[in-house]
Amino acid sequence: MSTTVSELKAKGVPFVNNEPSKVTYLNHENTVASWLLTLDHKRIGVMYLISMTFMFLLGGIFAGIIRAELITPKGDMLSSDFYNKTFTAHGVIMVFFVLIPAVPASLGNFIMPLMLGAKDVAFPRLNLMSWYLYVIGAVFTLLAMLLGGVDTGWTFYTPLSSTYSNGNVMVVAAGLFILGFSSILTGLNFIVTIHRMRAPGLTWFRLPLFVWALYATSIIQLLGTPVIAITLSLLGLERVLGVGIFDPRLGGDPILFQHLFWFYSHPAVYIMILPPLGVASELVTTFSRKPIFGYQMIAGSSLAIAIFSFIVWAHHMFTSGISPYAAMFFSLLTFSVAIPSGIKVFTWLGTMWRGSIVNDSPMWFAYGFIGLFTIGGLTGLFLSTLGTDIHLHDTYFVVAHFHYVMVGGAIVGLMGGLHFWWPKMFGRMYNEPLAKLSAFFVFAGFNLTFFPQFLLGYLGMPRRYHEYPAEMQVMNVFSTAGALVLGLGYIMPMIYLTYAAFWGPKASKNPWGATTLDWTATDSPPTPHNFEGQPVVTEEPYHYKSTENKEHALAH
Amino acid sequence: MWDFPIFPKQASTVASSVDNLTLFILSYNVLITAGVFVCLIFCAVYFRQRHKDEVGEQTHGGLLLEISWAVIPTIICLVTFWWGVKVYAELVVPPADATDVYVVGRQWMWKTQYPTGHKEINTLHVPLGKPVKLTITSEDVLHSFWIPAFRVKADAVPGRYTTLWFEATVPGEHRLFCTEYCGTEHSRMIGKVVVHDEADYQKWLTEEAEFGDALQGRKLFTKLQCVTCHAGESQAKAPILEELYMKRVPIGFDKGSPTAPGTSVLVDENYLRESIRYPSAKIVAGWQHPSIMPAYDESLVSEDDLFQVIAYIKSLRRGQTPPRIEATTQPRALGAPQGK
Ligand code: HEC
Ligand SMILES: [Cu+2]
Ligand SMILES: [Cu+2]
Repeated sequence: MSTTVSELKAKGVPFVNNEPSKVTYLNHENTVASWLLTLDHKRIGVMYLISMTFMFLLGGIFAGIIRAELITPKGDMLSSDFYNKTFTAHGVIMVFFVLIPAVPASLGNFIMPLMLGAKDVAFPRLNLMSWYLYVIGAVFTLLAMLLGGVDTGWTFYTPLSSTYSNGNVMVVAAGLFILGFSSILTGLNFIVTIHRMRAPGLTWFRLPLFVWALYATSIIQLLGTPVIAITLSLLGLERVLGVGIFDPRLGGDPILFQHLFWFYSHPAVYIMILPPLGVASELVTTFSRKPIFGYQMIAGSSLAIAIFSFIVWAHHMFTSGISPYAAMFFSLLTFSVAIPSGIKVFTWLGTMWRGSIVNDSPMWFAYGFIGLFTIGGLTGLFLSTLGTDIHLHDTYFVVAHFHYVMVGGAIVGLMGGLHFWWPKMFGRMYNEPLAKLSAFFVFAGFNLTFFPQFLLGYLGMPRRYHEYPAEMQVMNVFSTAGALVLGLGYIMPMIYLTYAAFWGPKASKNPWGATTLDWTATDSPPTPHNFEGQPVVTEEPYHYKSTENKEHALAH
Repeated sequence: MWDFPIFPKQASTVASSVDNLTLFILSYNVLITAGVFVCLIFCAVYFRQRHKDEVGEQTHGGLLLEISWAVIPTIICLVTFWWGVKVYAELVVPPADATDVYVVGRQWMWKTQYPTGHKEINTLHVPLGKPVKLTITSEDVLHSFWIPAFRVKADAVPGRYTTLWFEATVPGEHRLFCTEYCGTEHSRMIGKVVVHDEADYQKWLTEEAEFGDALQGRKLFTKLQCVTCHAGESQAKAPILEELYMKRVPIGFDKGSPTAPGTSVLVDENYLRESIRYPSAKIVAGWQHPSIMPAYDESLVSEDDLFQVIAYIKSLRRGQTPPRIEATTQPRALGAPQGK
């Protein structure tokens, strides 16, 4: 069971499992209610995946509309209002309903208990409730869009959002407020699970790195999300009751809103990116067939990023008139996040060095992830540096930078993780050449879409512009062309993965020869209670043996 | 079609400082990115699994490497940070002799006001080779004032002043954008900066000049009854405002709490603004709290007018406050370029 798909393919052996079908979490109950009322973390993970994919499609359609409008410098396709509502919808949906829950709620929910050797998360009911909160939050947000939309941008800056905008700001704010609790409860659930439900022998430093990443993420979710809930409530107080908090006409301070907003929303970037960093660590070590380079450094850097992320928020406000000394302070602190991020990239390369690398499709996504994350991270340095940020702030340079980090990172990381764990989740394999093609399209399309935006930003194109100067057209056309390729790269896996989940060839228990409990101690797909008996862990993860992988002992 | 710009022109004294820093960061960005990509491709090809069941070297790390890739980036980051601070200092500290221009943003236009009192919409006329300092505010929501060719930007924040300065080095027109999303017509909140050489600028000024900002402000000072309290007489009901600008005044009371003895504030535009809009926020030492001075909100003094009142207070020299009867000399517009 240690061999990988490509080896089996090379030998002409089907990497399939021909045993008669068993009872799995997928087939043990089949009613709709058995899904909607399930307490099984695996089913909840799948439900998150489905609802998030729906939101992602929606957000993607909005992105498509934006790119179509920007083919020409004149705002000739949409009205300005409609354009503004479109990018607001794109931002709100993608940030709050896709990127933030992306990896933790889907893969995290499904895989993390398996990695711990646990039967479920610590609070299964809370877990189900989190999903419902997500859905209710989404319903509110979509309702606001049906009622005519919101035109504040996903950042809701005051006093535009509190006094001047006449969109459905409060409906969206209510949706995000509710959604926030989904995130808080998931974070809480994960922290308790990781503390309390590890298998015997699974000490902290034997945890898979994905678990470390989720742990760090959960800390941010738990500590950061309440702040955005408070901020949205204050916004509501001002907008609905006219209490002066942010609008200077009422005696408030608009900059206060930015402080509060970014106190959450900067760490939120790391809610999006830490889990995929964990996924990448799993992918790189598994497919290099080599222990991860500097386990402690990677685990530690996840925690360091989580902590530092809370003290850099004002780098979004260098031009807002904050004191120059504050600006210097936050600039310096911002560099402190760069270091652990850099360490991660170097450790992956260190892992691959002298490895025995199997270039299967999940690894292709990992390559794409590392490449895009590197560019995204490095271009962040232009923005943490005071002298250059003044010019670049609120331009397309920033748009390009955060898409590299958040889409190149979070979404490509999620895609890598899905291709990696798909055989575990559904017990079936997908079409490998198509998967590689998709990885290629995503990487190429992504760069074509967003690289020109760096140039546009430096050249002078402000963000959130419905019309722009004619000399900037060529690069905008490139960008839109790239978006088509990128879109193709996204649509393909939605089709072939879905197909595979139902009709793909059956996968074996551990097709990639991974070493963590999710692969070695459970079936593909897992049984309703994950393990037969309690798995016991006897060594650090990521030891690859050349003959048989060590199966973790099962104590009955 | 292929004739399109990739890099913005450099049209101010700070532009090249910013660009040099950009090139520095860019150079190591390119090196590191290239290194990572080459290494990825090399590993993927050279270290690929060559026969079934082969595993990689079972090592777990290397202390020296781990330390060096933590320490070297730290050094690079510190250098970048420090260089960034130096450029930033250039960007935020205006020279003392800069000409003042006031900018008010509103949905969706930029209003500019010159020391001569002249006002324009979406256009900013500046002299070549002379420092210009913009004091910026907003009448409604947040905006941001950006001149890419000058590499300068500052948000327009309602309720407070932000500043920005530059010295143009290329005559002609440059683009001006609003970069902070401000509602429906955000992308049309654009304009141009017109840089004149010295002679042209003087000509433009004299053609356009009607009344100096400070002169207008002086009229408002009487009209708004300021002078009834802030008179030049010693037994006036309020502090004398002469030669106040850029001095430190002792204050006895600050935003709801008495201050420690010896506390003082610098009289800049933001302080003057606060003293007029919210007189009780800071009380000059020795005067009673709450202030007897009425709060002049926007219904009494618009943002445009407020700039003029402030320009007047800035221009006030010793003995120039009018007694309650109009009798003194006309103020000189502070910062207006003198003819040759
Ligand atoms: C009813 C009398 C009164 C009127 C009218 C009045 N002020 Fe005042 N003002 C005061 C008093 C008293 C103080 C000192 C207490 C304080 O700091 O508020 C003061 C303080 C100030 C200060 C701060 C002075 C310093 O030394 O720091 C400024 C500036 C000022 N006023 C400007 C104005 C302007 C401009 C107007 C007209 C638009 C005006 N005032 C109208 C009574 C008045
Ligand atoms: Cu941030
Ligand atoms: Cu704007």
